[in-house]
Amino acid sequence: MTATPKILSFKMPAEATPLGFRPRRAQTLLEVKGLRKHFTQGDTPAVAGVSFDLGEGEMLALLGPSGCGKTTTLRMIGGFETPDDGQILLRGRNITRLPPEARGIGFVFQDYALFPHLDVLANVKFGLRKLPRVAAELRAREMLALVGLSGLEERKPHELSGGQQQRVALARTLAVAPPLVLMDEPFSNLDAAMRVETRQEVRKLLKSSGSAGILVTHDQEEAMAVADRIAVMENGRVVQIGTPDEIYRNPVSAFVASFLGRSNILPGTASGMVVKTEFGNLPLSRAANGAVSLSVRPEQIMLEADPQGPASVVGREFRGHDQLYWVQEGERCMLVISGAGAAFEVGSRVRLRICDCVVPLG
Amino acid sequence: MSLSTTITTPGLWRMPRARVIFSALGLMIGGLMVLPLIWLVMRAAQADSAQVIDMFTRPRTLQLLINTMLLVVCTLALATAMALPLAWLVSRTNLRGRRLINILAVIPLAVPGYVMAYALIGLSGNFGFMNQVFGFTIPRLQGLTGATLALALYTFPYIYLNLRAAFAGLDQSLEEAARALGATPREVFFRVTLPHLMPALMAGWLVVGLYVIGDFGAVALMRYEVFSYAIYLQYSAMFDRVYAAWLALMLIAIALSVVWWESRLREDAHYARTGSGTGTGRRRLVLPAAGHVVGWGLVGLVVLASIGLPVAVLSFWMVRLDDLPSVLPALMRAFSQSLSVAVPSALMAATMALPVAVLAVRYPSPLSTFINRLAFIGYAVPALAFALAFVFFSLNAARFLYQTHLLLVTVYALSFLALALGPIRSALYQARPSVEEAARALGHGPFSVFARVTLPTIRPGVVAGMVLVFVIAMKELPIAFLLAPTGFRPLSITMFSRTSEGMLMEAAPYAAAIMVFSALFVGVILRHDRKAE
Repeated sequence: MTATPKILSFKMPAEATPLGFRPRRAQTLLEVKGLRKHFTQGDTPAVAGVSFDLGEGEMLALLGPSGCGKTTTLRMIGGFETPDDGQILLRGRNITRLPPEARGIGFVFQDYALFPHLDVLANVKFGLRKLPRVAAELRAREMLALVGLSGLEERKPHELSGGQQQRVALARTLAVAPPLVLMDEPFSNLDAAMRVETRQEVRKLLKSSGSAGILVTHDQEEAMAVADRIAVMENGRVVQIGTPDEIYRNPVSAFVASFLGRSNILPGTASGMVVKTEFGNLPLSRAANGAVSLSVRPEQIMLEADPQGPASVVGREFRGHDQLYWVQEGERCMLVISGAGAAFEVGSRVRLRICDCVVPLG
Repeated sequence: MSLSTTITTPGLWRMPRARVIFSALGLMIGGLMVLPLIWLVMRAAQADSAQVIDMFTRPRTLQLLINTMLLVVCTLALATAMALPLAWLVSRTNLRGRRLINILAVIPLAVPGYVMAYALIGLSGNFGFMNQVFGFTIPRLQGLTGATLALALYTFPYIYLNLRAAFAGLDQSLEEAARALGATPREVFFRVTLPHLMPALMAGWLVVGLYVIGDFGAVALMRYEVFSYAIYLQYSAMFDRVYAAWLALMLIAIALSVVWWESRLREDAHYARTGSGTGTGRRRLVLPAAGHVVGWGLVGLVVLASIGLPVAVLSFWMVRLDDLPSVLPALMRAFSQSLSVAVPSALMAATMALPVAVLAVRYPSPLSTFINRLAFIGYAVPALAFALAFVFFSLNAARFLYQTHLLLVTVYALSFLALALGPIRSALYQARPSVEEAARALGHGPFSVFARVTLPTIRPGVVAGMVLVFVIAMKELPIAFLLAPTGFRPLSITMFSRTSEGMLMEAAPYAAAIMVFSALFVGVILRHDRKAE
């Protein structure tokens, strides 16, 4: 089931992406090098040179707004689109021009793509044609038990709920024990409550089967919850790749900062590890010089009640465990998240205090 | 993004194998469709220039052109006059029994043009229906009047179906907006409703127009001289095959100009697109009591003429047929001969339609658009001209095919390819490509996927396409006339020749058999129609 451990000469993927370093030294499973895809001549390319790599058993999320090229990248890895340029290596083997059926990569579709004319069991057995009939049957039943659908073998796909269809799709994909599973927005057709539950299940299933996964999503919360690493994409390129924590704390650009969580973008003048801003001198997370844009997370800002304070609360949203404030100071409106403790009314005068380091952007 | 981005168009060796094979198959089918037309042109080219000038300037040629045009215009006018009020009543008013009217308005499709002509002819004469039942003779219906009646009564449902769909898709808020701007209901109809119905009306006119141009049975029985009738006469009676080839080319030119004219008009008709979403509330006009009477009067008139007439005349002659059991063996023989071409034609048409449809839906490209256009040639080219092309082709290039079963079946399949293509293509459009991709990701090659996933998914469409071709082929007349193997006398030919010899009683059982079979075709249409709702 899991790959036979091969000792490959380990290469530091230094050329891959500027900030792309690996948290764990896993064996490299997939290398994507300079993928390009142009659909219509003259237009901007859908994918404009994407490179990254993935370890055995690792979960990567391709995160970005619609039209950023994440799905096209995934479909090229799966073999459903032919790249104009670039290479895809799976365990060191060049699979760039192989048809999808020769790649051995699993794919979970947004609409699940269950075969409507086959029952649940036949759906799961579909990929197991290399196994003897009895073995395939056993394997399929085992997979259905694993996803908790025993007893529904005879049902047709249209007789299942959305969540059940999703699990059949997953069981069908994992039955053939692919080293890599590609998932295109797999949770977008589920309702909010199901989504949270299912994504943890999927993560567990993949981890226990030893398959690596690439998840395409536009939902940053989902990416952070499921993935070991996130690759943020914009205009057909990977702009940043790293662990969710890393990217959240150290976004390289205003785009990344505002795509992963909310962020206040401030101008400042940096010199070394300190930056001068309208809120005073603040420590920087990394050295910079000259005029910079800064990312300040809303939860980094503390509000203090001060009748003489320079700022005033102009808007407020109660969110249960915390509160969201819009605070106006001079020309600037800042977004602030504070605990559910003392609440400020709209109109109250406050003073802003920024804690921790602020992040200089690109 | 940068200028250095190079786009490598995939060469033939880089294209998916399945696409290459489907394209090759599609090109072969397209070639089969076009190739014989070359022999038609070659045969026509045997005439020298003086002959050609003579043929074009002959008063008879001009007369044929005028007659053909007159027939098209009159048939369209009469058919629209029947279809438009019916469609409006069913879609827009609270007239009682709308579901029933909806079915009644489609049933006439079960009465092919030449059977309708038979019914009209059967009314007249000393021994005819009118004299025997009501005691007065009417003159034999013929010429423009007879042909128009026969064709309009049979074809108006095509226009009705198009119009009804258009009424259903019409955004009523547009009409309400016009009313709010001060227009009277009459003005609204002519300035808002009618323009929005135009695309549907034109689509219906195209279907009916092409049918009328290509029709042979009804005009021949009505002795109305139009191009297809003249081709038949030239070919069968006078053996002037060069003139027949020229007439066929002129007929094709007329048909193509109708297609071209329709597509031009449709391009201009941008205003006719309906908006999206809005205007959900479909309010029906509440008819006063008198309105119901007038409405049903109208419906009754149309139904009486289009269904009542053929049923009555056929029953009349059938009853007079004193020795039905003795006719049965001959009838069964004709029936099985019809079957022997219709079944293989249906299978062949569906087999040909599959690669063409897959190309259109899964591998869109200029090539697949081109192949799909070619696939419609058999539909647009009038049947008699199409068949004539195959006569010349087989005589000169493939003698072994001439007057064979295989050739007749192939020409049927090509001629009705477009018919099979429709349902197969829409079934493919509904089958999600991700399902096929999922099968690929699970290790199945493109052909395994086609057989194990695509084909089972689109099976209802394939079956529907086959049934359409089968039923049409069962009653087909002109192609069978020109390409029939010796001794081949299917239902349509037997019925036609007996009617044209005035043997109305002897023709009756064959006409009845054709009507029963065509009713099946209507059943298929109605089922599809209901699904679409």
